[in-house]
Amino acid sequence: MRKFKEFIIEKLILISGIASIFFVVLIFLFLLKEGLSVFNTVSPFNFLFGKSWYPISEPPQLGILPLILGSLLVTLGAAIISIPIGVGCAVYIAEVAPGKIKETLKAGIELLAAIPSVVLGFIGMVTLVPLVKNIFHLPTGLTALSGSIMLAFMAMPTIVSIAEDALYSVPKTYKEGALALGATHWQTIWRIMLPAASSGILAAIMLGIGRVIGETMAVMMITGNAAVIPNSILAPVRTLTATIAAEMGEAVVGSEHYFALFAVGIVLFVISFIVNVTADLFLHKKQ
Amino acid sequence: MKRNPHRTQNIAFFFLLVAMLLIVVPVSLIVVIIIQKGLPAINWQFLSDVPRQGMRAGGIFPAIVGTIYLVTGAIIFALPIGLLAAIYLSEYSKDNPLNRIIKLAIVNLAGVPSVVYGLFGLALFVVFFKFGASILSGSLTLGIMILPIIITTSREALESVPQSFREVSLSLGASKWQTIRHIVLPNAIPGILTGTILGLGRAAGETAPILFTVAAFYLPQLPKSIFDQAMALPYHLYVISTQVPNVDEKIRYGTAFVLLALVLFMNLVAIIIRYKFRKKKKW
Repeated sequence: MRKFKEFIIEKLILISGIASIFFVVLIFLFLLKEGLSVFNTVSPFNFLFGKSWYPISEPPQLGILPLILGSLLVTLGAAIISIPIGVGCAVYIAEVAPGKIKETLKAGIELLAAIPSVVLGFIGMVTLVPLVKNIFHLPTGLTALSGSIMLAFMAMPTIVSIAEDALYSVPKTYKEGALALGATHWQTIWRIMLPAASSGILAAIMLGIGRVIGETMAVMMITGNAAVIPNSILAPVRTLTATIAAEMGEAVVGSEHYFALFAVGIVLFVISFIVNVTADLFLHKKQ
Repeated sequence: MKRNPHRTQNIAFFFLLVAMLLIVVPVSLIVVIIIQKGLPAINWQFLSDVPRQGMRAGGIFPAIVGTIYLVTGAIIFALPIGLLAAIYLSEYSKDNPLNRIIKLAIVNLAGVPSVVYGLFGLALFVVFFKFGASILSGSLTLGIMILPIIITTSREALESVPQSFREVSLSLGASKWQTIRHIVLPNAIPGILTGTILGLGRAAGETAPILFTVAAFYLPQLPKSIFDQAMALPYHLYVISTQVPNVDEKIRYGTAFVLLALVLFMNLVAIIIRYKFRKKKKW
């Protein structure tokens, strides 16, 4: 009897073990199931590179190029802000900060990662958006720039914590060797620690950026949601994620609009898949 | 001019300090602003009343209750699967391709954009299984989303139990499952608890996955079954900040405060448990 019970439990454990694979495949299959129908009305090329997104006009125009460019612009801005600050902060925490402060900072970064994106979006709306509007004398502060700044704060916790891990896992002997040869602490960091941790730091940057591309609520609340090809960082844009979130509520199940939004989901899934697999390769190269 | 390495070091460390401050100061400001403007809005009526006058007055009680239901549902689904998956990875799996694929799948599950979870929940639970927009659909969607968090933290907790504990138990004639059940699991409980609370916090704060699977714009009465729609705190904050004009700023900040306080409190508890556990650990 006990043997039988253990047999059942061990089978359950095995099933749960492979559940993650099952769910990833399930997500992809259901996106494909709903999304691929859009290619009955629009060719994949025209879908990806079509310049107009008017999903409810007659006939609907389903080109997501403006949305892709919107996502790219916001992501690029967020990357420019968050990479130097994030990596700098990681080096500070890993190498410079004294013991007590180090623990506090690590906990603080973890708490930043926990702030819900809708709260960041709200705070961006009431503080950052008016600020951007006044500084640049714009008709509206809901711009790609506002989105980039706010999203930078969502990428930073990921970048800081993974880059800090990478620096921490550099063998102690490397550092001691450099210091013993008379290098200053900074020379050791710059010439030894950073190159040794480079693949981990690269993975940190990729995962941070992956988080930005997938971010939805904050970006929807502060980038202005204009589905046109952006001509400046100070113009309103609309991202892939915000389009799904803003329009799915109105799309009729089974309509072309509905299928198109799922196809946008496929694009997002594929991007995040590539980012995560590549980052994982970098993380494993290290070991 | 010859560069003085010590001066270079001072300049470099100064910039590192600036980088740190550029994160810490804005984040502290965000938290302080929300506390300062949100705390005065909090009173018993705000927490216990339904929204009134098109959400421009009254409280947020249904949103709080909805979030509690959703989070509970998500954890009921995700904890057993996540824990068993962690046991598999830590105790049973060998270093083979299957193990590698499972780990890759977990990484990918963690990286899927939250709005894509929303789409998936809509396609699978709402449309395919015909659960409709309901607490059940929303909970299951959130549950799958927090699975990677629970698996990863629980696995770390299980793996940190020393190998010698297992060896002693096995050498005394205990079976593999008895060893896991009576030796490994009890020693890993604080870590598992940390993961569970982190998962709860994440589920409580997410908006995009519940947009099309459960969230209701406004419901005067509380949900009666798991097949009802429900209001939820993060979606409510989104609605009153962008969809409803002329909402009193106090109500917006108050809602943001309650949500932030809930999420940060859970994370703080998780951090403290982990910290205490690390200190107490005897091995």
